[in-house]
Amino acid sequence: MKAERMKTEAANAVHLVSRRGFLGNIFSAGALVLGSRLITSDAFAAETVDTAAWHPSVYLGLEPDGRVIIAAHRSEMGTGIRTCLPAVVADELEADWKKVTIQQAIGDTKYGSQNTDGSNSITSFYEPMRVAGATARVMLEGAAAAKWNVPIEECHAKNHEVVHEKTGKKLGFGELVADASKQPIPKPESLKYKSPADYKYVGKDFPIADLDDICRGKGTFGMDAKRPGMVYASIERPPVLGGTLKSSDDSEAKKVAGVSQTVTLPGFTPPYMFQQLGGVAVIADNTWAALQGRKKLKLDWDLGKNASYDSDAYKKSLMEINRKPCKVERNVGDVDAAFAKAAKTIEAEYYAPHLSHAPMEPPAAVAEVKGDQCEIWTATQNPQAVQQAVSAALKIPLKNVTCNVTLLGGGFGRKSKPDYCVEAALLAKQLNKPVKVVWSREDDIRFDYYHSVAAMYMKAATDDKGLPVAWLQRSTFPPILSYNNPQAYGGAGAMRMGWIDVPFDIPNFRAENGPAEAQVRIGWLRSVANIYHAYAVHSFLDELAAAANRDRVEYLLAALGTPRVIELRPPAQADRPNPFPIDTARTRRVVEQVAEQSGWAKKKASKGNALGIAVHRSFNSYVASVVEVQVDNAGKITIPNVWTVADCGKIVNPDRVKAQFEGAAVFGTSVAMMGEITATGGKINQSNFNNYPVARMNDAPFHTHVHVIASNEAPAGVGEPGVPPMAPALCNAIFAATGKRIRELPIKKTKLV
Amino acid sequence: MIQLKVNGTGRQFDGDPEMPLLWFLRDVADLTGTKYGCGIGQCGACTVHVDGAVARSCLTKMSDVAGKTVTTIEGLSPKGDHPLQLAWKENNVPQCGYCQTGQIMQAAALLKSKPKPTDRDIDQAMSGNICRCGTYQRIRAAIKVAAGVKA
Repeated sequence: MKAERMKTEAANAVHLVSRRGFLGNIFSAGALVLGSRLITSDAFAAETVDTAAWHPSVYLGLEPDGRVIIAAHRSEMGTGIRTCLPAVVADELEADWKKVTIQQAIGDTKYGSQNTDGSNSITSFYEPMRVAGATARVMLEGAAAAKWNVPIEECHAKNHEVVHEKTGKKLGFGELVADASKQPIPKPESLKYKSPADYKYVGKDFPIADLDDICRGKGTFGMDAKRPGMVYASIERPPVLGGTLKSSDDSEAKKVAGVSQTVTLPGFTPPYMFQQLGGVAVIADNTWAALQGRKKLKLDWDLGKNASYDSDAYKKSLMEINRKPCKVERNVGDVDAAFAKAAKTIEAEYYAPHLSHAPMEPPAAVAEVKGDQCEIWTATQNPQAVQQAVSAALKIPLKNVTCNVTLLGGGFGRKSKPDYCVEAALLAKQLNKPVKVVWSREDDIRFDYYHSVAAMYMKAATDDKGLPVAWLQRSTFPPILSYNNPQAYGGAGAMRMGWIDVPFDIPNFRAENGPAEAQVRIGWLRSVANIYHAYAVHSFLDELAAAANRDRVEYLLAALGTPRVIELRPPAQADRPNPFPIDTARTRRVVEQVAEQSGWAKKKASKGNALGIAVHRSFNSYVASVVEVQVDNAGKITIPNVWTVADCGKIVNPDRVKAQFEGAAVFGTSVAMMGEITATGGKINQSNFNNYPVARMNDAPFHTHVHVIASNEAPAGVGEPGVPPMAPALCNAIFAATGKRIRELPIKKTKLV
Repeated sequence: MIQLKVNGTGRQFDGDPEMPLLWFLRDVADLTGTKYGCGIGQCGACTVHVDGAVARSCLTKMSDVAGKTVTTIEGLSPKGDHPLQLAWKENNVPQCGYCQTGQIMQAAALLKSKPKPTDRDIDQAMSGNICRCGTYQRIRAAIKVAAGVKA
């Protein structure tokens, strides 16, 4: 923790800035401004809305006064990305971090994808950031060489200066800016990069740029945005997705002190996508008055067809679908023939409920409309989606929508969806003044884009050692892509999240997917379909190991088999290099190391205390976790220890990587132990942390021990991959401690004593 | 007219006396370091001190703070160098940071009443404060650093 630190004085927090041109107001006229380009990862690319192969991605400016300004184009929701990507640029540039200013970028396609999801920022942007830094460094060195009339090979950038080693001459970066900007831009393939041994920031622990502001309450989140003359809005939305307003009486609401008026927002035109949900907005001069006014509204709704949504009945229907053959997504060998001649088969059904993201900061957005221009200040993971959704709603050109990105008080996928920004924009247009839309916690939990409910059916035939020789699995869930396409099946992206990519060495394997219609909004939630898929696959493997009475680590390694590479590329991509094949040697290594770190071999389960293990690869990272549970005589569960070993390829900031895995252990605890959203009559039954509990300090793992494997592989995901192993490892530990198998999440639904 | 002191400055309020202190601080006084998280005293993001005692500002009415002294995160230490703030930084506690001001205010109240807290004391005092990023382990460590007790 006390390793090398970088000073953060110069790094800016996100401050509200006035409308500005794209680069004009970030950099002065004399600045050297460089664009960089990226190649997007094709892994799961089909699931994102805005991926195209080549875009400009990052902009780096060097000012004549020596300041280096780096635009952070990804959103900061707790991973440290707003600090870590600029640090990659600064390192390769040989910039002094004290002279670096981080400027949060507005939404603009010139940056490439800004959709900060899919644990994708370092994967996609590590290389473009190095290129940007190295390019600027070479141009500075070239400018100095020309000035001194010496070969460029004799000039080296070092700590914000270019030095001529033979003569000891030095010129600061700022002094070189004018000349450097006239240097030819070197080709990326000609660039010489720093040796990793010379890195000052990359691979070192360093604090986030916003640390001091956050600890002093000065960080600006979306909920904190404010504009002169701004009014506050709280919106009563249709209680069922797609419901419409029949009648409305706002007379009592308008009597509340501070309430000025109400505005009826129209419902959406299907598909709902990122549109707002419609409803009645209460406008007031503070948040409290708006909330109070809302309580006095008398509204009558036509609930519409989704009023038939009932979680109990829906669960039964998903499980029923799984009992018959479904759509085959991957097939190896002949599962049916193997089952027909098997001496022993084992079956199990698993179920996991809807979840709500519940970031600590509920959605909030400020909008200001002037003529055909709209400016938004908000906590969003995807400022370009804000531009798209707002321009569509206001029927103005996309370029007329400016989206300023604040800090995000958590995101977890919720804030990739800009429906709340659309609400603010529509209200600001109608009222002709700045409007802040504040979602209450109840709004957040009742009107989320929910993590999908899912049912999984598993069947295996085993050999005389208890290892699977045939494996059939069916997964059915309302699809993630139902937000814009009410399709019946899960989609290729979700199938690659722990379903067709099961790494076990089984001669006969078939993965299937069933159809299901969504009746609430479905969205991405931290690690997405990996959550329920990993839960079923790794619980079921534990069931097979238990049936064979074998040590779980030894059995898991046997099931993974001989190290091999699994290619699951779609035919269209088969001729391109694959930076991320499934490498089971890496899977095995994290299992072996987590067994060692946890002292697995030495620990014997005792009544109420045991370890459980699971390994899962997601977002191209390999993660194994061992969970220790303690179950007392009343059935209360505590988690004294979690050990996680992660192989994420090359990493930028080890401390922030560790922090993500520590956090994932807690998030995974919430998912496994207590998270559950249900609907009755199409209405969500939960509303706040009293009935949608999340892990608190006394529920969370007491110690989470994270080990990140040193690796030179391509950088992979970090924010999400820690979550999937948690639920199965925890459930497997509970089985070892109590003999109770958890086949339905959350665990709190199963009585342990 | 309600009179109160916030971070050493006298303030007046003539609005709805039922309004929670939280919204006065955020919308009227522009002290946005105190956060809204649930509005029902479940998450602790809005934690402040009223006459030195820990309070959830979302459940504290303006009429309850008439004549009282309120301290928010902005007033905990003018220079931001309260031992807990320093310990928070040393341990790189925050991830998204939204809940951390409430966590620090809660921890500050804990250390006032129990300068050398045990793990159990910390659990009891801090379990009313939710961190969705899951920084609990570092919060615990930072409290111990600030208190000078062994990790």
